[in-house]
Amino acid sequence: MTDAAINAAATTLPAIAKEETPFTRFRKAFVEDKVAVAGLVLFLIIVSLALLAPWITPQNPYDLRSVDIMDSRLPPGATMGEGFTSWLGTDGVGRDLYSGILYGLRISLMVGALSGIIAASVGMAVGLTAAYAGGRVETVLMRIVDLQLSLPAVLIALILVAALGKGVDKIIFALVVVQWAYYARTVRGTALVERRKEYVEAAQSLGLSNARVVFRHIMPNCLAPVIVIITVQTAHAIALEATLSFLGVGLPQTEPSLGVLIANGFQYMLSGKYWISVFPGLALLLTIVSINLMGDRIRDVLNPRLEK
Amino acid sequence: MQTPVISVENLKTHFFTRAGQVKSVDGISFHVNKGEVLGLVGESGSGKSVTGFSIMGLIDPPGRITDGSIRLNGKELVGLSDEEMRKVRGREVAMIFQDPMMTLNPVLRIDTQMIEAITAHEKVSDKAARARARDALAKVGIPSPDERLSAYPHQFSGGMRQRVAIATALLNSPSLIVCDEPTTALDVTIQSQILAEMQQLCAETGTALIWITHDLTVIAGLAQRVAVMYAGRIVETGPVDALLDAPIHPYTRGLLGSLPSAGVPGQPLAQIPGATPSLARLPPGCAFAPRCAFASDVCRTAAPESLSHGPDRAARCHHPLEAPKAAA
Amino acid sequence: MLAFILRRLGQATLVIGAMIVIVFFGVNVIGDPVYMLISPEMDQNAIESTKVALGLDKPIWEQFVYFVTGAVQGDLGRSFVHGEPAIKLILSRMPATMELALVALLMAIVIGLPLGVYAGLKPESRISKAIMAISILGFSLPTFWVGLMLIMFFSVMLGWLPATGRGDVVRVLGIETSLLSWQGWTFIALPALNLALLKISLVIRLARAGTREAALMDYVKFARAKGLAQSRIVGVHIMKNIMIPIVTVLGLEFGSLVAFSVVTETIFAWPGMGKLLLEAIQRLDRPVIVAYVMVVVVLFVVINLVVDVLYSILDPRVRLTEAKA
Repeated sequence: MTDAAINAAATTLPAIAKEETPFTRFRKAFVEDKVAVAGLVLFLIIVSLALLAPWITPQNPYDLRSVDIMDSRLPPGATMGEGFTSWLGTDGVGRDLYSGILYGLRISLMVGALSGIIAASVGMAVGLTAAYAGGRVETVLMRIVDLQLSLPAVLIALILVAALGKGVDKIIFALVVVQWAYYARTVRGTALVERRKEYVEAAQSLGLSNARVVFRHIMPNCLAPVIVIITVQTAHAIALEATLSFLGVGLPQTEPSLGVLIANGFQYMLSGKYWISVFPGLALLLTIVSINLMGDRIRDVLNPRLEK
Repeated sequence: MQTPVISVENLKTHFFTRAGQVKSVDGISFHVNKGEVLGLVGESGSGKSVTGFSIMGLIDPPGRITDGSIRLNGKELVGLSDEEMRKVRGREVAMIFQDPMMTLNPVLRIDTQMIEAITAHEKVSDKAARARARDALAKVGIPSPDERLSAYPHQFSGGMRQRVAIATALLNSPSLIVCDEPTTALDVTIQSQILAEMQQLCAETGTALIWITHDLTVIAGLAQRVAVMYAGRIVETGPVDALLDAPIHPYTRGLLGSLPSAGVPGQPLAQIPGATPSLARLPPGCAFAPRCAFASDVCRTAAPESLSHGPDRAARCHHPLEAPKAAA
Repeated sequence: MLAFILRRLGQATLVIGAMIVIVFFGVNVIGDPVYMLISPEMDQNAIESTKVALGLDKPIWEQFVYFVTGAVQGDLGRSFVHGEPAIKLILSRMPATMELALVALLMAIVIGLPLGVYAGLKPESRISKAIMAISILGFSLPTFWVGLMLIMFFSVMLGWLPATGRGDVVRVLGIETSLLSWQGWTFIALPALNLALLKISLVIRLARAGTREAALMDYVKFARAKGLAQSRIVGVHIMKNIMIPIVTVLGLEFGSLVAFSVVTETIFAWPGMGKLLLEAIQRLDRPVIVAYVMVVVVLFVVINLVVDVLYSILDPRVRLTEAKA
């Protein structure tokens, strides 16, 4: 018997059409909610803009030769020295904000996604280990999780960056440390339930190794809650990175994420030059809202308690 | 003839839901006299509780009273403003609910909950209100009422909590108390104690009771008259003994036949086939026809009118059972 | 009750102990603060003498023992930058932060509770839907950016409220506060609102869910059957029931308000301990960072304890079980 066959036998889905995979069912339920679809479309637009940034922006904000200090703090709609129109204005050193925001989105999204994936992997590994090993291993791991979850994320992140210093790798590390415990706790809970199900016994009675049982059989059944958390947590991570960068302890000026752009504009805000902070902030807000809109729907669809 | 404490005429309470118009109460009429107990019997969903809430003016949207009249001591209640109705509730008509574990607010002391019932209607000092609450507790048989007043509901047993609820209902000496299955959730021994006490209290004070229940055995020892409800209508009314001895409507007989005590030991219990119909999609004609052994074509097309079957008895049936053929 | 509190105190001590170890090694093993404090022209001797002066030449475990003995006596080291005892620095800034967090908490209740209760009583009305939309947005908005927008609208564009700083402080019963003057309130309004924003959303959600649940309960129907006025039913019967979870959650959230004040204080230049922490992080002033964390952890533990006690006062059912146990 193959692993797939065991899993198939465990998933008791009576009389469903051949092409009806869990994914297609999920997709159908997801698109029923117009708001969630709007969130998805918005998110896809944001991601494409970020990915296509080098080809659709008039200026590479990292290329110092293309930045002219004479262009600094121009209001939205002004014409730059090089002849193109800066629709969103320029920042304190003369960078076009539209270009800066798209490049900034790349960094913000990358940091959010990477930290989310790593945190999910670490958290799942810990959660599965705790659930499958049980005993003292479980107690110790879960105590660490509890301790960490009892402290606010922003505080832990601040202390970590205080110890580590600035940089993309360091901020990702800090975000992973802040997030992994949520995954660990949830995965452990789900895995404990799954472990008692018969398909696990079936797999064990076939003499499969522990690792194989855990990763091929239990883990796929714990993915639904992980997907739910990953949307919420990624939105959190993006906001947290922006917060840290805004405070000047996150990403350095050489890697201007949205938070760095907003921080740069802060000093000009009191003199009424609102656009330098407002537009990157709006981009950040739209990104987070789009992810949250999708996340709400995913949670509703995947929550087994709400299933009909 | 005396004025009844309450007289309900052609009352209709409908709920306007997305699934359609639910006719929970659809044209019922009855009255209760001073000191009298009327048993309102029916299965869940028959509209008996909605009737009680209609009298209390506690029907919330999407439901509302669409037609008919409710006269309490001669005063029309349908159409009163919220504030006028509030003044009636708790003073002239009180209500007791089914689950005593849920009717008292868990985070407020008993005295708070009783005193507010008095001060909502009268300007009295806290001290006087407290004394009245104490007397009411003593009247319903709660030992050391002074101490118990400052206790919280969770410190009482279910039966004691129901006594507190009854005492609260009695505080303003209402002329009518609507009792919505108040003993269903209690042990049998407690149930009979409370029934006996209620009976005595009514006899002493002349308070009229509407006793809503699905349990005919409770009615047998308590009520003077019975009204049987089915799918929002009263299908049969009559004095309690006559109705229980010789039911006219097949539904009433079915209810009586379903009682465990009515069957022969060792034989399977009798039951009414099928379930109560959805009130949003009632069949044309008699609502009971799909479950009735006597149903004919006329039952499935025309709704039966309420016909008199002797003194004080009436039923809505095209094929009334062996009724006492007394002169009308 | 006493056994319960003692058990909780034991747990609390363990948590504080664990935090001491984690924070001390976390902050001290990584990076070398000496290089932050010396000028590039200093020679090796000067560097060494600085190290000795700060006790950084000793092995890490020796530094730890030294630190723990000090910590038990209330000495968490001297600030590298200010030269003052770190704990004294933190405590001198604490009243400002507490003031900010308390006003934010107050705002969360005063604004969030009525909105949430309204949305719970009339879930279908348009206003309720608008309230819920705002609360969902409140969860998505990055706090620091909202702070900037508040400054932009109320200070720069409208000129109603000061953008940064704290009003004049007065000493009352040994505690400094700026809340006794109107001017003090104009200064605290924006930062407190900014800090309260997330909690307002939270209170709206909790109050709405609680009200919807309570409104369906029999005890509310019974209260109506008694002829009570709507104001008394909502204000006493429903409110007292929904306050229990709200007080519990808000109490636990007070700690996160203090932590989040780092962001708010920085934006609004509020002279609290959060701003101090950020300055310490930027200058790698380790004793201050460690002292801050220790103070906040102790604060958390105390808050948890207070919330538990408050909870048992509010909910008579808990009081009874504790008394029996």
